[in-house]
Formats: sequence, structure tokens, C-alpha cells
Amino acid sequence: MKLCRVLGNVVASEHHPAYDGHTLLLVQPESPKGDANGKTYLAVDSVQAGTGDRVIVLTEGSGVGQVLKSGRGPIRSVIVGIVDDVTFN
Amino acid sequence: MYLGEVIGTVVASQKVEGLTGQKLLLVQPVDESRVPNGSKHVAVDTVRAGEGDFVYLVGSREAAEALENTFVPVDAAIVGIVDDCFHRNEGSAG
Repeated sequence: MKLCRVLGNVVASEHHPAYDGHTLLLVQPESPKGDANGKTYLAVDSVQAGTGDRVIVLTEGSGVGQVLKSGRGPIRSVIVGIVDDVTFN
Repeated sequence: MYLGEVIGTVVASQKVEGLTGQKLLLVQPVDESRVPNGSKHVAVDTVRAGEGDFVYLVGSREAAEALENTFVPVDAAIVGIVDDCFHRNEGSAG
């Protein structure tokens, strides 16, 4: 899973049926300290995250289908948690 | 998933069986402000996108999952046409 910050959202009325009812958010990968780290990408939300939230993003694999309860489909990234705090040395 | 802009079409009359009947488009990956941020590539279209459209794509193995027959050699698929992209740096980039 990756640490990211939610930067915004994407509205797309024309989309693949697998995305029906899902919120698509724009996320920016971050270092544990909170510095932007890499290219922004899109992830489906499963935890009611919003702009400004720090989140955990699951990418790739069958876990995505499990979280969305949809089995395999054309979705690669899902937000699976809102981070309260990160502690590290 | 990532954002992109359709910049052209690709025609290939000779192709593997799984790709028959698929519309191929040329895509430039872009960021939330529609600034190019990656290499142009070919993607299968599933949403009747056209040249100039601001779209989003899914890559890797999940791209094939966007098609009816999911056992196909595809690694990028256009799965949505973006109406609006709101972000906290600049508002909207439609």
C-alpha cells in the first residue's frame, strides 16, 4: 500500500460500467514525512475520503476486487484507509 | 488509473486475434492540469472517446478486464471521459 494525499476528484459521466457508483479521487504519493513524491494518479474511494485527507492506497492485485466486492475488473487502485498519524524513526 | 488526452487514432489491419474489432487510440498521459507527464502510447477505447478528449485510463493487467473478452493482450484501456477534474491547487481543468 502507498501513502498518498487526496488532491481532488474527477467527474466523468461517460465511463466503463465497472466505475458505476464509485468516487474517483486524484491522489499524490507522499513520503512518510508528507513531501510530494511521484506522479499523481487516480484511485477509487472506499472509505469516504475527501480532498486534503492523507490516505492508504492499494494498487494492483486481487485485493482491489475484494475491497470493492466486485471480483476482478478494470480498477487498479483503491483508497482503503484514512491515515490519522504516521510514526517512524 | 491515470489521466490522459487522446491525440490520435491508430489503425492496424494485421493484429492478434484478441484485438480484432477493438478501437485503438493514441494517448498522451497528462497531469490534473492537462500538462503532459509521460510517454505517448496506444490504448484500447471502451467509452467511445475521440481525439482531443480528456480521459482516464487503466493500465497493466486490469486494462484487459475492461473488455468483454478479458484474456487479451492489452495493457492500457480508456475507461472514462473526464467532464471535470477538481483539485486543490487550481480548481477545475475540464
